[in-house]
Amino acid sequence: MGKSVNTASYRTKSIPLKVWVGVALVAAALALLPFVAALAGQAWVRILNFAMIYTMLALGLNIVVGFAGLLDLGYIAFYAVGAYVYALLASPHFGLHLPFWVIVPIGAGVACIFGVLLGAPTLKLRGDYLAIVTLGFGEIIRIFLNNLNAPVNISNGPQGINLIDPFRIGNFSFARPETILGVTFSGPQKYYYLLLLITLGVIVVNLRLQNSRLGRAWEAIREDEVAARAMGINTRNVKLLAFAMGASFGGIAGAVFSATQQFVSPESFGLFESVIVLAMVVLGGMGNIPGVILGAVMLTLLPEVLRYTMEPLQMALFRRVVLDAETIRLLVFGIALVAIMLYRPAGLWPSPVRKRELEVAATPQ
Amino acid sequence: MNPVALLSAVGIAKRFGGVQALEDVSFTIHYGEIYGLIGPNGAGKTSLFNVLTGIYIPDGGRFVFDGAPLDGLKPNEVADRGIARTFQNIRLFQNLSALENVMIGRHVRTHAGVFGAIFRDRRTLVEEAAIEKRSYELLEYVGVANHANSLAKHLAYGDQRRLEIARALATEPKLLALDEPAAGMNATETQGLKRLLQEIRRDGTTILLIEHDMKLVMGVCDRVLVLDYGKKIAEGSAASVQSDPKVIAAYLGGEISLDVAAP
Repeated sequence: MGKSVNTASYRTKSIPLKVWVGVALVAAALALLPFVAALAGQAWVRILNFAMIYTMLALGLNIVVGFAGLLDLGYIAFYAVGAYVYALLASPHFGLHLPFWVIVPIGAGVACIFGVLLGAPTLKLRGDYLAIVTLGFGEIIRIFLNNLNAPVNISNGPQGINLIDPFRIGNFSFARPETILGVTFSGPQKYYYLLLLITLGVIVVNLRLQNSRLGRAWEAIREDEVAARAMGINTRNVKLLAFAMGASFGGIAGAVFSATQQFVSPESFGLFESVIVLAMVVLGGMGNIPGVILGAVMLTLLPEVLRYTMEPLQMALFRRVVLDAETIRLLVFGIALVAIMLYRPAGLWPSPVRKRELEVAATPQ
Repeated sequence: MNPVALLSAVGIAKRFGGVQALEDVSFTIHYGEIYGLIGPNGAGKTSLFNVLTGIYIPDGGRFVFDGAPLDGLKPNEVADRGIARTFQNIRLFQNLSALENVMIGRHVRTHAGVFGAIFRDRRTLVEEAAIEKRSYELLEYVGVANHANSLAKHLAYGDQRRLEIARALATEPKLLALDEPAAGMNATETQGLKRLLQEIRRDGTTILLIEHDMKLVMGVCDRVLVLDYGKKIAEGSAASVQSDPKVIAAYLGGEISLDVAAP
């Protein structure tokens, strides 16, 4: 032992100019994107905003499913918790109007507590059994929100909560259009930049978590729980941390969703939403952050693109509309998901470990 | 208590339904020795490992390790106390690189938490660099550093065995417990393993070795414990155990041959 080694040689960290130029181009594209999207209508800016909310959700779920390997089918419950925390603390419902930056951490914290509440009793469960319990948990939260309007009205039941405060800095509200330096920003466009900021923060935190002592412990549990314990990893605490961290990101996404929509109801948090977020993680590339982002963006945009293209496509092909767009878009969406599963079973963009290995094999040391 | 005893087992018993896997097994492992554990298939060797490392709870008896009992400790707490193990059926983290496998072994001796991971303060960065450096050194130590970035599952069989040893060493064990490390190795690989075991011992780690390869056991072990049907049937130097009639009977079968040899 004690041989000296130059570890920097196999993990060089100097960033070439080419990368900086790439980063600058991507930043410019992201900055201009809402104006390009607005050419097709403000609806598309809203769709972009949803793509970012789903990205946050998928990244949070990726911690639980992708890193720690714990199948969670009730993840949307944490999104609901975050959304309702914001709704209750910033709406006329209770007459509370706390500022956005105060509520988001509260939303994350409350969701985190719910994550531990779900995690603690399910520590010994794996695979199918865990999936069933988490599925039940997701439904319990939704049903609670649906029924917590009597005897004391907390959630306002199925009507949901409306007139939620938008994000605002002083008198600068994000809910209405504004002209700055001769450029008119619509409400959704302003939210786009806020969401972009928060999403980038969530991505950075996720990347850092993955490449840390904790991230490795999560992956060890996913790979082999018995070996992980034998190597001294306290699997109970590390699993609870995975649930807690995953839930926190769900809570943040929920709070932001509330502020963007200014309306929440239990309907938004059904089982289908959980399944869609899980599909984003699995089809994007479980455990690989860029893949999960790609999955979230693709699965948000695809149904919307289909909504607008299916009728013109049918007109061009058959000179008449055979199936109306609402029916066929979900059909095509389903076919697309099946095709991804068949042709890219590891996801659209699987983990880079395999790629790195191929590079090493190509240039033997 | 005896100052040279690293691990003492007193009256260890374990029953699975109707099968008495371990019955009143007692032994002592001294600091710095290579202690062999042999016996025919089903003798209870791996069960003893699992009881020792906290995977099973013994029905009777106790272990005293490095001056304190191991009663009721969970596997991760046992690892923290300083016992690291490998598995009979290799249990690496298959889809992680060889280097990452060893880095996970450093988990128990490092401290960074959620906040360190997110904010990357100076202490965390220093710790991360140290984890990576130490892990790479251990890969060199066992001789698989040229596969540092390969997925564990793509390593050759013998290299996987060595990687498992590196991962166990990363936890800085006082006692390294190896469950059939030579299984599936050819003669050359076994020779290499023998040298590695001697090197590990020389660098100060005590070894508990389950092995079927008698040449290896007789070549490296200072003392050997023989189990048969969950009971200790012999203990002593490699040479004395080899000529023990009870051991021969256990391996070659039948009390009849024992009776013939005994009078």
